Amino acid sequence: MNNIRISILAVICSVFMVPAAYAGTLDTVKSQGFFNCGVSQGVPGFSNPDESGNWSGIDVDVCRAVSAAVFGNPDNVKYVPLTAKERFTALQSGEIDVLSRNTTWTLSRDAQIGLEFAGVNFYDGQGFMVRKDSGITSAMELDGASVCTNLGTTTELNMADFFRANSMAYEPVVFEKADEVVNAYDEGRCDTYTTDKSGLAAQRTKLADPDAHVVLPETISKEPLGPVVREGDGDWADVVRWSLNAMIEAEEFGLTQSNAQTTCAMTSNPVVARLCGKEGGTGAGLNLGDSWSYDIVTMVGNYGDVYEKHVGENTPVGLARAGSPNASYKNGGVLYAPPAR
Amino acid sequence: MSDVSKKIEPPVIEIGILGWIRKNLFSTWYNTVLSLLGLYFLYIIIPPLLSWIFFDATFSGSTREDCTSSGACWVFIKQNMKLIIYGLYPSDELWRINIAYFLLTVSIIYLLIPNLKYKGGVGIFLLVIFPIICVFLFSGGLGLENVETRLWGGLFLTLVIAGVGIVLSLPIGILLALGRRSKLPVVSLLSTIFIEIWRGVPLITVLFMASNMFPLFMPEGVNFDKLIRALIGVMFFSAAYLAEVVRGGLQAMPKGQYEASQAAGLTYWRMMALVILPQSLKMVIPAIIGSFIAVFKDTTLVLIIGLFDFLGIIQFVGTNPDWLGFSHEGYVFAAAIFWVFCFGMSRYSQRLEKKLDTGQ
Amino acid sequence: MSFSKFSKFIFNRNVQGTFYQAITLILVILAIFYIVQNTAENMVARGLASGFHFLGVESQFDIGMTLIDYSPTSSYFDAFIVGLLNTLLVAGIGIFFATIIGFTVGIMRLSSNWLIAKIAEAYIEIIRNIPLLLQIFFWYFAVLRALPKPKESLEFMDSVFLNNRGLFIPDPIFNEGSTIIFYLFWLTIAISIFIFIWAKRRQNRTGLTFPAFYVSAAIIIGVFIAALTATGFPISFEIPELKGFNYRGGMKLIPELVALTFALSMYTASFIAEVVRAGILAVSKGQTEAARSVGLKEGLVLRLIIIPQALRVIVPPLTNQFLNLTKNSSLAAAIAYPDLVLVFAGTALMQTGQAIEIIGMVMGVYLFLSLFTSVLMNLFNRMMKVGER
Repeated sequence: MNNIRISILAVICSVFMVPAAYAGTLDTVKSQGFFNCGVSQGVPGFSNPDESGNWSGIDVDVCRAVSAAVFGNPDNVKYVPLTAKERFTALQSGEIDVLSRNTTWTLSRDAQIGLEFAGVNFYDGQGFMVRKDSGITSAMELDGASVCTNLGTTTELNMADFFRANSMAYEPVVFEKADEVVNAYDEGRCDTYTTDKSGLAAQRTKLADPDAHVVLPETISKEPLGPVVREGDGDWADVVRWSLNAMIEAEEFGLTQSNAQTTCAMTSNPVVARLCGKEGGTGAGLNLGDSWSYDIVTMVGNYGDVYEKHVGENTPVGLARAGSPNASYKNGGVLYAPPAR
Repeated sequence: MSDVSKKIEPPVIEIGILGWIRKNLFSTWYNTVLSLLGLYFLYIIIPPLLSWIFFDATFSGSTREDCTSSGACWVFIKQNMKLIIYGLYPSDELWRINIAYFLLTVSIIYLLIPNLKYKGGVGIFLLVIFPIICVFLFSGGLGLENVETRLWGGLFLTLVIAGVGIVLSLPIGILLALGRRSKLPVVSLLSTIFIEIWRGVPLITVLFMASNMFPLFMPEGVNFDKLIRALIGVMFFSAAYLAEVVRGGLQAMPKGQYEASQAAGLTYWRMMALVILPQSLKMVIPAIIGSFIAVFKDTTLVLIIGLFDFLGIIQFVGTNPDWLGFSHEGYVFAAAIFWVFCFGMSRYSQRLEKKLDTGQ
Repeated sequence: MSFSKFSKFIFNRNVQGTFYQAITLILVILAIFYIVQNTAENMVARGLASGFHFLGVESQFDIGMTLIDYSPTSSYFDAFIVGLLNTLLVAGIGIFFATIIGFTVGIMRLSSNWLIAKIAEAYIEIIRNIPLLLQIFFWYFAVLRALPKPKESLEFMDSVFLNNRGLFIPDPIFNEGSTIIFYLFWLTIAISIFIFIWAKRRQNRTGLTFPAFYVSAAIIIGVFIAALTATGFPISFEIPELKGFNYRGGMKLIPELVALTFALSMYTASFIAEVVRAGILAVSKGQTEAARSVGLKEGLVLRLIIIPQALRVIVPPLTNQFLNLTKNSSLAAAIAYPDLVLVFAGTALMQTGQAIEIIGMVMGVYLFLSLFTSVLMNLFNRMMKVGER
């Protein structure tokens, strides 16, 4: 009798327990055959589920790149949607292995709360969106405005700083979740909606008439967004960091998802050859196979491919890359990968 | 007899529809005023509502372009039905949920049909065996593919949370109630503290605790997924409320019952299990069902911590760019479904109450 | 110790009881210790701060609606107070309206008018079987959609404005000399309380009634007007003005508050109505008939016989509903009403990351409110028992 009870209990528990995360995340991940990636609850272009629960976006593609590098298959990832509040706890407690959820790299997060940033996959800054018919062209004209936003770690502080610095009055209207902000802003509760500019572009697609709204030119903060891992797990951090770097470097050397196969077959450039996994044995240092970077480029794409696919000008999000910090350093942006060698 | 008392028909004005109307609506001048006001109120509310919901609404079609009328666009609900009912559960595995829905419906219908045998057995099946079947069906195991709880959603998730809240909170609630009424001071004090703390705080703070603080309570590396944490929160929360309901039943038991069973030499647990609990639980069944209704409605709060329950998924599909601007249809639909469930439960409890009344 | 003595000792009821209790206590203490231990370890491992020092730190964020002076330079403790006051405000207003609607609907439900009774029943059955969160969302977006933009505001007498940013009403400004009016006002209130007590005593003693209500109302209003005239109207009003985006100046009721109050009072009222109905039905019919037969008028029957007795049944579950309403006001988080949960367990939690302290404080507030109320309830019940004789 007791045995039955205990075994039922054990089965029930084992069904629900998430595998524990121990020191060597990379080894654990390899042996279990997948890893958990923390994403947002739906920001188009960054991480958004479709109707059958398939996630896509540039934040998602960071995790897909890691999966391609580790497993040679971009889909060995389980996505965990997280609220802004619970994301760090989820990472620290081992519920997720990579956090790729529009997370700003700041000193306090890096140094104090046991997180390690593996790079930047989007250079962002907080901005304002207004209705076109309001005639506002600059954030300096927002004196007295009602400002909608959702709970965010830095959003509310930046907003308060901005209005104080310019001695303007405003009325903050702060929601728990982004979806409610969009609804309330759309219903006319606020004159302006503030969050990271990428977020504004993404949320704009959820407005009834996206073209009736415009993002103001001012950027009131620096928000380098990137994937985060647990501190003190160097091997895993390296894998995530170099998966991202490989995507950026592949673009710098013109290796794209569509041309990778042919280019790799006939390249004479040693850098490209290394990215193709034909030379240099870059995988050994990361405890990965040598084709890891080739897999990333062919299965997920280089940074430019991913950017254009999810948030580029031809997508509903429509963020122009040229002239933004997210352009490659060769085109005047700040995107620059250390050499993968 | 017939020849002695010839029936005298009452005046027309006091019988039939007219009489009824006169008696119930226009008996005095202020009743007349009230009735007219009431009629006017209904006139303002009902016709526009009906035409929005039915007459002017669009039922057929597949895209938002089909919704050209001024009424509700039910195409929105129809097209997203799968998401609303099953969440993101993999399409190939939907049969597992369907089996559960089927078993649930059949057992409930069985319970609703009066004068059938083995109702107790079906009830035990529903409360004990069915949940165990569901655990395996939904999450996998025993040869079934594992389905992550993060894919659970929609009405399915709402029913799971409510079901767990209801099934598991009942035994815990009974234990807590017994604990609170216990003669052992430590047990009674601890149960009281436990009950009062859970009853004193809003569910949303419990859910925040489950999603933000719970991982801190566990040793490094031990980790429950978010749904489980939320379920634990909901379970204790509703257990505390049930404990008070059950305690009410225990208090209403005549002292003679306790004394008689003690005199018969029953131990404490036997006395409770065989004599006291069956009677006192029967007394508070309506209140217990009321508690269940509250749990069912409260499950909507999990959307605040980011689970896609029934209401959460309706909001989610409402933000799909293809279906913007139909939030009212979504809310009305959600309201209707919740209403059907809750009203059904409350009617059932009223019926049960009447039935149990006559039984005594 | 012989075996039989030992077994006697083991099976002794008291010994067993003590033994079980000791085990329970040890288990509970162990569990708590385990949790505390884990938490402490985790917090060190993750570099989380602990303690309440953060309460004195500058908060750096703004809050949309504050009942006390507050700015980004105020401390987290101030933010806590702002949230707490906002919670109490919405609870207070909600309780007020819920009681009114609830009593009205409850009495309507018992009306001899079939239509009215059915409308009340429909109201109760519809509202209380739909989740509150859904109703809050619905009313919030319904309110937002129904109200015009600031530039097309609805106006009343050029001083009250209603738009989708809220309701703007003139704000009284107390100029010099207005303090005396305040003192006079409170004085007249004190006098009228005294009149009520005196009238009651006199009635008990002699049976003579005294129109205490009208007299004290006359005193309060009369003195107030006299004082205003004497001091030359030292109270002026700041009238809201349309400036830029919105109206400025005056007092403002934000739409979140309106929608939340609306949803909370409608929802709770449906439960209160049932409480009221049960309370009135609990007064035996003989009481009403007896009261009528002594010749009391219908209104007096209700006021002197039914309501006092029904209240005894109504008040305990009624306070329970008030508590529920207060706890339910925490759903404000969903629609941007800056209550305790949104401001403190939301923004402040995000800024400081000190989940344990903050959620602990928030739970503590609600816990205090409900324990405080149950203490009051026990007192009330004791008073009622004494009255029963």
